[in-house]
Amino acid sequence: MAERRFEIGRIPGFATVAVATFVMLYLPIATLVAFSFNEGNSIAVWEGLSLHWYREAWDNQAVKDATARSLIIAVCAAVISTTVATMAALGTTRRAKFRGETFIYVAINQPLMVPEIVTAVALMIFFGMIKVATGYQGLGYLILAHSAFCIPFAYLPIRARLEGMDLSLEAAASDLYATPWKTFRHVTLPLLGPGILAGAMLAFVISLDDVIITEFVKSGGQDTLPTYMLGQLRRTMTPEVNAISTALLALTVMLLTAFFLLTRKRD
Amino acid sequence: MTEAVTIEARNAVKAFGQGDHVVRALDDVSIQIRKGEFFTLLGPSGCGKTTLLRLIAGFEMPTSGTILLDGADITELPPNKRPVNTVFQSYALFPHLTVAENVGFGLTMQGRPRAEVTARVAEMLALVKLEAMAGRKVSQLSGGQQQRVALARALAPQPKVLLLDEPLSALDLKLRKEMQVELKRLQTETGITFIFVTHDQEEALTMSDRIGVMSAGKLQQVGSPKDIYTRPVNRFVASFIGETNFLPATVVPGGVRLATGDVVEVAAQARGDVTLTVRPEQVRIVGAGEAGAIAATVKFLVYFGTDTHCHLALADGTEVVARVQSPASGEAGIEAGSAVGLRFASGAAQVLED
Repeated sequence: MAERRFEIGRIPGFATVAVATFVMLYLPIATLVAFSFNEGNSIAVWEGLSLHWYREAWDNQAVKDATARSLIIAVCAAVISTTVATMAALGTTRRAKFRGETFIYVAINQPLMVPEIVTAVALMIFFGMIKVATGYQGLGYLILAHSAFCIPFAYLPIRARLEGMDLSLEAAASDLYATPWKTFRHVTLPLLGPGILAGAMLAFVISLDDVIITEFVKSGGQDTLPTYMLGQLRRTMTPEVNAISTALLALTVMLLTAFFLLTRKRD
Repeated sequence: MTEAVTIEARNAVKAFGQGDHVVRALDDVSIQIRKGEFFTLLGPSGCGKTTLLRLIAGFEMPTSGTILLDGADITELPPNKRPVNTVFQSYALFPHLTVAENVGFGLTMQGRPRAEVTARVAEMLALVKLEAMAGRKVSQLSGGQQQRVALARALAPQPKVLLLDEPLSALDLKLRKEMQVELKRLQTETGITFIFVTHDQEEALTMSDRIGVMSAGKLQQVGSPKDIYTRPVNRFVASFIGETNFLPATVVPGGVRLATGDVVEVAAQARGDVTLTVRPEQVRIVGAGEAGAIAATVKFLVYFGTDTHCHLALADGTEVVARVQSPASGEAGIEAGSAVGLRFASGAAQVLED
């Protein structure tokens, strides 16, 4: 008789662990979403269905300002980090292997390795010195900080896409009378497009979600949506926080769905 | 055919690596390729044939030496400034473009008017019999169809030279045979100089006007398929192209003496110890003891259908293979273990110095 293959699904208790895992992952979020529609003031006692807190959040000037700030920072950070990441990915893949390649790779991905709190404190001190020297207090610091830590998230999908691309495609383009710029414009860039979009969306989502670095770098009155919500902890929590979280969740899910649709293999 | 030279390499050297690890992929190669000919660079993998092709295309710069096109030095020109197009081993078709857009790519990049591009693309697709596929994405095509698109794309800008880097290696045997005929037809119809790289000696013999045999970064011999096959200049060429016998021999007046003492009449410029080479189909089996024949014993027979390979041993143990026509059914053939005599067809045996 043939030996039975190892199947993890046959281990006793597998189903229990699986169900428990999914409950842990999704029940809290489901609760959060449910209570965003609560009529009353409590985030734990159900008092009936309503869109009250969505209206409340929508009318709250502080929420509006924080949302605008979050979106400005996330869009800028996504554009800047994706541009830099695209150049980095081209520089590290479309050429022969070189000495120190691994080092460059690690250096580009620094934000994935260094604990975020360390970067946050370092940026606070560093930007503090610049603030004193220049007097500039604007959103630039946050945009710069977000752009930097978003780079690896934009870099990785772009690099993955490039590594799957035959180098002879660019050779073929140049062989067919395309100048280096036209080769980039007509061959490399269109083929890289889905990777760049995926990278930009990941960077956008990561920036939108950031608390630690933002909390340390921001000046007074520069709350983003996540730091605004963090601030709410110091007062009584109302389902307004649930409503904002649910809106953020919806945005993120939409972007990640688009990301999935764009990056999956066609046909 | 004119004798005008289209592509010429002068003392081309391409070295890779640094310090103690320098590898000369191309070691002082000089070659002239004539206008309108089907020229094949033949050799085992790593012999430098693809490197030479890449130097002609402009993907690599030679370490030293010159590449000329119609007498003009193009060594320093980038690929996009050379009227030379390539069919890549991987085809390298642009996956984001349609078949028609792929074929028109070179013309579009040259800035030709749209009407001209459209007309030329239609003409090219007709040439490779893919008119119906113009609007398809290349990923929807079979391997053989992709191969045709790659050919049409490279031919569309009417290059002076078409370079083909083992373009048939990814196809199955039947398709490969079809494409060999197709390539020969395209070359005749367009009159463009083809430089074809392959490691397949049969492909080289059937398709080429001339063949350049390469090994270890050096050009071993250049000549017509018949020259290369019947008059190989050294042991490498003799053994790489077709099957052959090698017999140790010593030069004597009027010919060479084999280790068995038999003397074979052959022209020999060399002196001393040499190698005698003779193709299996040029070895005749005659009756044992016939005057002037070399005594041999049949060891075993390998049946190939129309032909049978007789593996024989001479008196000193040297092995010789003779290819003979298989006997018809009922007819008595040669049997293993029997004593026979060998003759070499006149002018077929050749002396190699190596």
